[in-house]
Amino acid sequence: MKKILLSSIIVIIGITFLGRLSYLQIFSFSPDQVLEDPAIKAIYDYPERGYIYDRNGKLLVGNDPAYDVMVIPREVRALDTLEFCTLLGVPKDKFIKELKKARIYSPRLPSVLVPQLSKQDYARLQEKMRHYKGFYIQKRSLRYYDTNSAANVLGYISEVNERDLARNPYFKQGELTGRIGIEKVYEEILRGRKGVQYIQKDRFNRDIGPYKDGQLDTLPEQGKEIHITIDKVLQEYGERLMHGKHGGIVAIEPATGEILSMISGPTYDPALLVGRERSRNYSKLHYDSISLPLFDRSISFEKAPGSPFKTLNALVALQEGAITPSTSVGCSGGFYIGRNKKGCHCGGGSRNLNSGIYNSCNAYFVGVYRKIFDVFPSMGEGMDAWEKHMESFGLGNYLGSDLHTGRRGRIPNRAMYDKWYGANRWSASTTYSNAIGQGEVAVTPLQLANMTAAIANRGHFFTPHVLKKVEGKDIQDPKFTEARHTTIDKKHFEPVIQGMADVYNHGTARWVQVPDIAIAGKTGTVENFTKIDGVKTQLTDNSVFVAFAPVDNPKIAIAVYIENGYYGSRYAGHIASLMIEKYIKGKITRKDLEQRMLEKTLEHEYAKPYSGEEFKINSRVW
Amino acid sequence: MSGKSVLKRIDWLTVLFYLMLVLIGWLNIYSSTFTEAEPSIFNFSTLHGKQFFFIGASVVAIIVILALEASFFERFSSVFYAISILLLLGLFAFGKTIAGATSWYNLGFFNLQPSELAKVTTALALAKYLSDIQTDIKRRKDQLYSFLIILIPAILIVPQPDPGSALVFFSLAFVIFREGLPLYYLGIAFLAVLVFVTTLMFGTIWVSIVIALLIVLFFLLKKKRFKIPVLPLIGFAVVAILFSLSVNFVFNNVFEQRHRDRFSLWLRLEKDPAKLEQIRKTIGYNTYQSEKAIESGGFFGKGFLEGTRTKGDFVPEQHTDYIFSTVGEEWGFVGTATVVILFTLMLLRLVYLAERQKNSFSRMYGYGVISILLIHYFINIGMVIGVLPTIGIPLPFFSYGGSGLLFFTALLFVFLKLDTNRLKEGI
Repeated sequence: MKKILLSSIIVIIGITFLGRLSYLQIFSFSPDQVLEDPAIKAIYDYPERGYIYDRNGKLLVGNDPAYDVMVIPREVRALDTLEFCTLLGVPKDKFIKELKKARIYSPRLPSVLVPQLSKQDYARLQEKMRHYKGFYIQKRSLRYYDTNSAANVLGYISEVNERDLARNPYFKQGELTGRIGIEKVYEEILRGRKGVQYIQKDRFNRDIGPYKDGQLDTLPEQGKEIHITIDKVLQEYGERLMHGKHGGIVAIEPATGEILSMISGPTYDPALLVGRERSRNYSKLHYDSISLPLFDRSISFEKAPGSPFKTLNALVALQEGAITPSTSVGCSGGFYIGRNKKGCHCGGGSRNLNSGIYNSCNAYFVGVYRKIFDVFPSMGEGMDAWEKHMESFGLGNYLGSDLHTGRRGRIPNRAMYDKWYGANRWSASTTYSNAIGQGEVAVTPLQLANMTAAIANRGHFFTPHVLKKVEGKDIQDPKFTEARHTTIDKKHFEPVIQGMADVYNHGTARWVQVPDIAIAGKTGTVENFTKIDGVKTQLTDNSVFVAFAPVDNPKIAIAVYIENGYYGSRYAGHIASLMIEKYIKGKITRKDLEQRMLEKTLEHEYAKPYSGEEFKINSRVW
Repeated sequence: MSGKSVLKRIDWLTVLFYLMLVLIGWLNIYSSTFTEAEPSIFNFSTLHGKQFFFIGASVVAIIVILALEASFFERFSSVFYAISILLLLGLFAFGKTIAGATSWYNLGFFNLQPSELAKVTTALALAKYLSDIQTDIKRRKDQLYSFLIILIPAILIVPQPDPGSALVFFSLAFVIFREGLPLYYLGIAFLAVLVFVTTLMFGTIWVSIVIALLIVLFFLLKKKRFKIPVLPLIGFAVVAILFSLSVNFVFNNVFEQRHRDRFSLWLRLEKDPAKLEQIRKTIGYNTYQSEKAIESGGFFGKGFLEGTRTKGDFVPEQHTDYIFSTVGEEWGFVGTATVVILFTLMLLRLVYLAERQKNSFSRMYGYGVISILLIHYFINIGMVIGVLPTIGIPLPFFSYGGSGLLFFTALLFVFLKLDTNRLKEGI
């Protein structure tokens, strides 16, 4: 017993140790501990973010170097404070305060002493910096905007937040990421990949050389430059036209689905969200609850389309064989829903497809809408077919564009009406507002423009997108390069397009004619309700216009939606015609019209619901 | 006796284990004190350079020890013991203080630590006393004297302060047990430790319940075959429960906070994560860092000179008491297991050697050597890997330290010398 006691103890101790060691080194061990290791510091080398150019190669967004004066308090030696402050251009007491703050933060780690010096200050300082121990200059890269427009398209970058950090392990505290717009959607392309260098440290946090002689280090990968489909000139021009007006303009090249311009009014200068004043400016924009400059009205703004929607009803009716172009409907200055007479502004008379469109006759289109449902054995089936046709134009759902946000819009359907009224308790008369694009139908300006492009293409469209080239190579994504076909046969488009051409030639938009350009368009005047103190109140109508030009070989399809702009041709029509002229001709011949559109604001309309003043709707004041 | 015959008779297996441990130890000292700025391996201003010098000195010591008569150690053991006691006493007057402990004599070129010497001489003296023909370990008086031989140096070392080294001397009690002290002394000590630890971990109530259950179980199972006195057993149980109660009292009222902290760290008593984090940064810093360093080594380790935590000096005292964490980080489980197995094999070999001694002095000294090496190895590695509370004693043959290496070598090789002589003097 005594002889084996000691041996047993030795063996038991050995086994216990091996057990504990295998627990520590085999079971608790996780291999990827480089970043958790307190002895290893990762130093990141950030690549420059990719530049953004417009469709013609004009620079939109670049980078600007900014210089921060950094300090490591522990290394600061006695210095001529006054001279140094003069050099930096900061008051002495501020300098001392900042230095104290840095020392409190950490005597060993660098802190920013003076952020974002200009290039000139940097040049002056550079020479003398070496005299000041403990201070150095760190270069940073800020976004530089070579335009004061397109903020809604370009988006902005900002520091990553907790959610970004949790979602993407690539990010480290303090890094920047695209927040909205192109900066967000094409973040990975623009950002590149940061390089990393691992440094071995001791327990006092001092560097003692590269870790593993730099075997794990990586070089930064440059951000890629991209070309976007936006036309810088057109975009800037559109934003000037939107001055003082709320609404959205979207222009699309029908042959490719490329978005030529995407204007949201009011907007802001993208440069506001860069640099020292960023948070102050952001708060200002964020809390502007009347004009909502951060709200992108070109893609997130769902409203009833109004009369442009009539063209689609005409197409559906032709496709379903409910009418022929010559089918006529009489207008008695209005139409009856049951015993109630609803008004029509077209002047009255017998209307066929052509005159129905160019006079925008409500009675004609309500008649056509009824005829569509007459083709089907039941309202439900008619509504299903109607919905399917409408959705084939990209309405009522996300378009699938490469924009960071957007809305579905709304196309009413059988389920919705069954729920509202009960099954079989509704009819074409109940839902007649669909015929004229009022009521339940809602679209975004982007959808409106895309629908116009589909008409311009005579039956198909390309998913609208903003990315054109990456590193000079055209995008190949079939999502954007393959046509999406509508459910309407090509032959039915011609009579409708003829109607739209006549809108411009001698119809509701004859006021907006541009010399030498054949335009097909459709005006819209959309009734507009809001609630003021809980009371449903009618506001001045929204002015809508969709158009494409030239009629035979469309280069541009455009939708303009101006809130409270009254009738279609008054604001939207004029603005659309100027945009088309600018894009196709490159110059404006109708200088006085241009002047009027640039100067005219609708601020007094937007103030109406808030000022408490008595107001008349649709007042005819220019 | 010629040198040739010594080389023939010496137990080469033990020598091999010894050399491997010293070599692995030196490599790890080299790694943990290595800096890029001093590329020279044998620069004596560096710690690893100094250690290399002491390895050389140890070889000289080995040659001297092997050249001496075996009977020399037995004959002069009392003198050695007296000298080491005088040296320990002298520290109170002439000692040099390093890191708060007055444990060294400054000899100019190196610092002598007499407590390391005392380990060897006490083992010799104890063996000498117990092997005396007049000593009968069954006698209380002789038991008392044996313990006094152990206690005197221990008592002198405690106030240096160096309680860890003092603890080492108690391991020599094994020798006394081997030579006939009833084992229930050991059993009682073991039970006391067990009750102490379990009380801290689970509380008096659970410990009492378990003790009661064990006694009931004992009666149920053994009633038929044995006659067991009931009263002493119940008395024993009552004493155990009272002891358990007193543990709480002592822990909360007699211990200082730093002692409590060490125990709560060791037994993982603290569950609150915020406080745990605090402990890791303060009193538990060493243990936490050393565990982390070992863990980060994984199975194969990070490679020689590649230990990031070692290079960053995250583990304090890494070249001395915490040298094993360098093994863990750089050589991984492969390295740590190798070292543990080497120690285990070496100790088992020494037990075998001790048991084959015909001369009782040699055998008892052998047991003394095993006890001292075992307690160092057990407490040091146990502390570094976090299964024992922090007690600062070095890892034999491994840790940086001139006196340590020299006297551990002497301790071992005196025994190996005695072993070569076993046939001649085996009367």
